[in-house]
Amino acid sequence: MRVALFIACYNDALFPDTGKAVTTVLERLGHTVEFPMAQTCCGQMHYNTGYRREAESLVGAFNDAFRGYDAIVTPSGSCGGHVRHHHGTETAPNVHEFSEFLVDVLGVTDVGAYYPHRVTYHPTCHSLRMLRVGDKPLQLLRAVEGIDLVELPEAESCCGFGGTFAMKNSETSIAMLQDKMANVGKTEADTLCASDNSCLMHIGGGFGRIKSGVRTLHLAEILAATR
Amino acid sequence: MTNPEAKDRILARIRSALRDVPGEERPEDVAVTRDYRDSHVSADIVDLFVGRVEDYRATVTRVPEGQQVPAEIARILAERGVANLVVPPGFPEEWLAGYEGARLTDDPPLTAAELDASDGVVTLAAQGIALTGTIVLDAGPGQGRRALSLVPDLHLCVVRSSQVLPDVPPAVRALVPHRPTTFISGPSATSDIELDRVEGVHGPRTLEVLLVVDS
Amino acid sequence: MSGEKVNVVWLGSPTFPNAAHEALQDAQLRRNLKHATTTIRDKRLRAVAELDDWETLRLAGSQIKDRVMRHLDEYLLRLEASVTAAGGVVHWAEDAAAATRIVADLVRAQGTDEVVKVKSMATQEIGLNEALAADGITATETDLAELIVQLDDDRPSHILVPAIHRNRTEIRDIFRREMGKNGVPAPDGLTDEPRVLAEAARRHLREKFLRAKVAVSGANFACADTGTVGVVESEGNGRMCVTLPETLITVMGIEKVLPSFTDLEVFLQLLPRSSTAERMNPYTSLWTGVTPGDGPQEFHLILLDNGRSATLADREGRSALHCIRCSACLNVCPVYERTGGRSYGSVYPGPIGAVLTPQLVGVGSSEHADSLPFASTLCGACFDACPVRIDIPEMLVHLRAKVVDAHRQDRLPKPEALAMKGARVVFGSPRRLALAEKLGALGGRVAGIRGGRWLPGPARKWTAARDVPVPARESFRAWWRKAGRP
Repeated sequence: MRVALFIACYNDALFPDTGKAVTTVLERLGHTVEFPMAQTCCGQMHYNTGYRREAESLVGAFNDAFRGYDAIVTPSGSCGGHVRHHHGTETAPNVHEFSEFLVDVLGVTDVGAYYPHRVTYHPTCHSLRMLRVGDKPLQLLRAVEGIDLVELPEAESCCGFGGTFAMKNSETSIAMLQDKMANVGKTEADTLCASDNSCLMHIGGGFGRIKSGVRTLHLAEILAATR
Repeated sequence: MTNPEAKDRILARIRSALRDVPGEERPEDVAVTRDYRDSHVSADIVDLFVGRVEDYRATVTRVPEGQQVPAEIARILAERGVANLVVPPGFPEEWLAGYEGARLTDDPPLTAAELDASDGVVTLAAQGIALTGTIVLDAGPGQGRRALSLVPDLHLCVVRSSQVLPDVPPAVRALVPHRPTTFISGPSATSDIELDRVEGVHGPRTLEVLLVVDS
Repeated sequence: MSGEKVNVVWLGSPTFPNAAHEALQDAQLRRNLKHATTTIRDKRLRAVAELDDWETLRLAGSQIKDRVMRHLDEYLLRLEASVTAAGGVVHWAEDAAAATRIVADLVRAQGTDEVVKVKSMATQEIGLNEALAADGITATETDLAELIVQLDDDRPSHILVPAIHRNRTEIRDIFRREMGKNGVPAPDGLTDEPRVLAEAARRHLREKFLRAKVAVSGANFACADTGTVGVVESEGNGRMCVTLPETLITVMGIEKVLPSFTDLEVFLQLLPRSSTAERMNPYTSLWTGVTPGDGPQEFHLILLDNGRSATLADREGRSALHCIRCSACLNVCPVYERTGGRSYGSVYPGPIGAVLTPQLVGVGSSEHADSLPFASTLCGACFDACPVRIDIPEMLVHLRAKVVDAHRQDRLPKPEALAMKGARVVFGSPRRLALAEKLGALGGRVAGIRGGRWLPGPARKWTAARDVPVPARESFRAWWRKAGRP
């Protein structure tokens, strides 16, 4: 299968390891991954902040960059959700969030990963309520060898990131973050996993500030890890 | 006091706001999919009704049609200390045969203060709804006007098992719209303190239901 | 505390972030909200799970509302005709001032200067109590939570439970302090047990119900085909108001009309389970005009526009009018849970308030109203909970765009607008993006923000409690190219 990686702009600049991990997992499963160099940004941040005109002007280029692939895979639930719900283009329905792609399209839950840590999973809002990925990320994590997967209390509560909300309403955002961090703390996990680095950047930033030692890691990076 | 100009202006603004709606579209053209269930009930509706009414912390007594009805009514009223009972017009006389206290009839109409000073009221009902444990009154015979079943602190409501409908849709369809109608689900209650339900505010604080099982 | 309410919002309300700043400092408030919202959330999920056709009911509810909105003029005329035929009198009010004037005139025509009220969002919205007070008419709120707010001269903070921000001890203190000033005082030795507090409210209001000549209510529904009006409640105060007085005045937003009486079969399933998480609320009253010998012998229905027809004109914002005021979206909202309702500065708080308030008062009308669509993380919990499927997140984004567009011609663009435009330029070409990434990585290292702790300017809002992510030394794009991959 000829798979195009839609990395999402913030992963490109800030979290390249997630893109590498997606590539590693898909190649391990025998697929060819291509990275269309013409891709830039899907426009989610513009769209959700009210800059609809700017967002719409990015749609055509996205469609051009991703035309002709068997599938478009992204490690960002929120960007994947934005493209699928708002682009209205030929390529939009072909965009799959990483865990959806593995479970629904490839029919795989065990990708041969090994991660001997205590892990808890935060289902990010857009993957949960926009893409409706359900428990697919958990199915994948349960199949990881050596993992000690623990349930996160109040898992489905938003972490408070919300894109520009984190800046515009920073105090409310931080109040939500603190509750999320407290719930992660209750699990005594050393790793917090999610399917979106944008939320992890926010939660990880909070853990970094208090030097908690909790590591935040994208699902793809756990699935890419081996013995 | 009605203002025809205000009406015209509001309607004009609405029509202007709805310019996107094609002129030939009729209200009925807008699809409404009524695939929802007529009833969610598969079990015995009378048993369900009793359980659901009890869930609201109302008391339900089941009794077969006949002799036992007046005896049970008398027992409940005696146990609750009712000596001054509001009886709406059309309530079956034979069902009060065992009751020995005073009666307040609504002819001439009782004042709110008289109702407030009574010990309770006994009424019939228009229907029951099993799934939600609801009693419906529609001011029909034996039910009285709405104030009668509202102001007294105890309401003894006699429902026949044949009046119990399974669920909300059949109940709504059986109503007569122009009658003043009250749905009663348990005694009065509030969730206004910390969103937790407690019984007993302005409506009757005690709801007794006597379910007469028709032969 | 109560301030001056003018048409939906409170005059001089701060923007949402500023109001939230105050609310977030109040630890008691946050505990009260957390307790109440989590209690009701779990209960609602259980109540909804009992109906296996819940999604079908939601869809039907949303379609019925859609039908009403697309033909609102016709349904209002049908309603007017059927209410009139049943002996009621219908009035049309364009705005808050017109509606309050009609009510005041009707009350005075009855030769009384006091009314009892059933909790109603429409009368909250038009500031009816304040307007009547200015005319020398005392309006007594009879819903328990509404009474608590009124006694305390406070502002409501929730659609269903206006005093949700108060716990039982605070309520006891308000009752002890205030009840005696206007009627039957709280009994000696009043405790903070909810049952005891409810009993105190019963005693306080009883005499007011029994002597009231005029009541004012809102309406949950009005059926166009029969003229039947409905009020859904719990305590029996609604029944008291719509039954005992000689005159009943109902103020209803024009969007509350339903096509037919049988549509109640949908909404009487959706509303109780979504609002108080019950199979059925304790009391629902339905009345049609006037019934000789039973209840008020004079019935007035005031149809209120007050910004609704303007809301109707926005095709993407229109469905905010579908709201049946259940407040499920407030109870599930993570923002509301932290900030409480008063931070929204409107009688309509929470997610639905964030889309309804700016539309009713007009986008661009104030900094406060324009800040409301941004008071959300777009987490989507509100849409999932909404019994009539209002896509609140999508509408929030739509209203954000309207706010942004309203400021595009500003002489002095906001830094955010410049940043968004700048980002658009960078994203306009992969080459520009690659260059920017390189500069970002370099800049990050030069500025030494690795492990970034505190940044100046607007970025301070991020670094107040969060470290900054540092741009990678090498972007994914650069790595891919270097590796010679496809």
